[in-house]
Amino acid sequence: MKPLETFAITLLGTLRDVLPICVVIAFFQFVVLRRRIANLRSVLVGLGAVVLGLALFLVGLNMALFPLGSAMATQLTSPAFVSSGKVGSAEDGERQMPPWYRYYWTYLFAFAVGAGTAFAEPALIAVALKAQEVSGGTIQAWVLRIAVALGVGCGVAVGSLRLILGIPLPYLIASSYFIVMLQVRYAPKQIIPLAFDTGGVSTSTVTVPLIAALGLGLTEQIPNRDPLVDGFGMIAFAVLFPMITVMGYAQIATWRSRKSLQDQGSAETTTKRKRFSKFWR
Amino acid sequence: MKIKGHGRFLFLLIQPLWTSARDLLPIIAVIGFFQLVVFRQALPNLGSILVGLACVVLGLSLFLIGLEKGLFPIGKTMAADFAQKGNVFWLVAFAFALGVGTTFAEPALIAIADRAEELHAMRYPSELVSDPESTNANSSKLGFSLVLRTTVAISVGVALILGVVRILKGWPIQYVIIAGYFLVILLTPFVPKEFVAIAYDSGGVTTSTITVPLTTALGVGLASSIRGRNPLLDGFGLIAFASLTPILFVLILGIFYR
Repeated sequence: MKPLETFAITLLGTLRDVLPICVVIAFFQFVVLRRRIANLRSVLVGLGAVVLGLALFLVGLNMALFPLGSAMATQLTSPAFVSSGKVGSAEDGERQMPPWYRYYWTYLFAFAVGAGTAFAEPALIAVALKAQEVSGGTIQAWVLRIAVALGVGCGVAVGSLRLILGIPLPYLIASSYFIVMLQVRYAPKQIIPLAFDTGGVSTSTVTVPLIAALGLGLTEQIPNRDPLVDGFGMIAFAVLFPMITVMGYAQIATWRSRKSLQDQGSAETTTKRKRFSKFWR
Repeated sequence: MKIKGHGRFLFLLIQPLWTSARDLLPIIAVIGFFQLVVFRQALPNLGSILVGLACVVLGLSLFLIGLEKGLFPIGKTMAADFAQKGNVFWLVAFAFALGVGTTFAEPALIAIADRAEELHAMRYPSELVSDPESTNANSSKLGFSLVLRTTVAISVGVALILGVVRILKGWPIQYVIIAGYFLVILLTPFVPKEFVAIAYDSGGVTTSTITVPLTTALGVGLASSIRGRNPLLDGFGLIAFASLTPILFVLILGIFYR
């Protein structure tokens, strides 16, 4: 299909995508609040930009991010590269899969993409600063960002490890949920809403398609993997793991500040009771 | 000093361009490192990838500018208005509609849903033929992707209702979330395998460019208008619900989808 034709079709599609939010805003503005829209012209120009931008983004996605993800998956898992560290045509016709630990470059790549994008995510920077403010300095913004980046990186890496090992997704997800629940019980209460939000916030519009493409590409390269069953699921880890690392960091931070309090002579029993009542309140 | 005319417009364009380029920068750096140092070879189709990346940056910037100029000012004042008015019915209705509308326009969700539809069409080609509506040439685009996105959109709407009620009632977030996770784990065995992974992913996909700023505005506005609520603490957490309910709803969709 010609590029212009593709763009036109995508543009029509995005018109449909943006329509619901326009209807919602118009209905509540005119019917419920009974108000006119201030700066109608600039609003309409803005809507035009939204539609055009969305279409451009989707076209670029199909041209760049999806191919990039699958190209990386192909290169990372090519049998010759995995067994010898060199990219080349696989001469041995055997389709035997190398053992899982030979795929270390894949895990490293997954980690780097996840951690890098999360650390640079503008939304996360804002959230981290707010968290520092809320906690009164117990939680430091840049450490929190590192915690989130570690979480997303490990999440994507574990996602690719799961794919290569072929562990069913629900087992891993359920056990991560279990860890999250345990942490929720013991982590300081103020951090919990934040920890849950960081997971969602740190996977940006650019990262999600790339990670998905990487996962789908891996299912094509590794024998006996089904793209529908195994290809998705990486983003789920990228959302879950930051919750674990953020709550973990908050636990360590409060533990350390409590310990320094104890060193100053405050009794251990009171802090214990405090923690207990904090949870059950 | 105010910049006027074209200069002002250029200035407006550069800021989001930089923001979206910064989103891409780590990805480019990591992939560049792997190509140059690890694989030592050029990327296939480098030209079209570069053009595509330019489209992504430009498109995302235009999208952000449009949001800033068009949707966010209205959306945010409306969110604050409804939060302060005290009419619970309209507040809940607005929260639901806002969740549905924003999710429908969420770029990452569109991308993932379309990809899932392609895979589905490859898996069940007969489905399209036997479908009476498939005489429409565009039917593959109206199929699974739309069903998935509608499901997720409704689930985000429900999430915002839950989140608003939570802020009003002052429920602690952890109980609701833990109950949700239990439900997810309980439901999973009854869901066809092809839906499980997409369901788990849909939680993270829904919460990005449009949904996060508008829902945060709603949450913070609401929390600051109720006495005894900390806007920073109670305002957060809406997104947490919005990344939990899509999992549940898509799992349920999987049970009933054929």
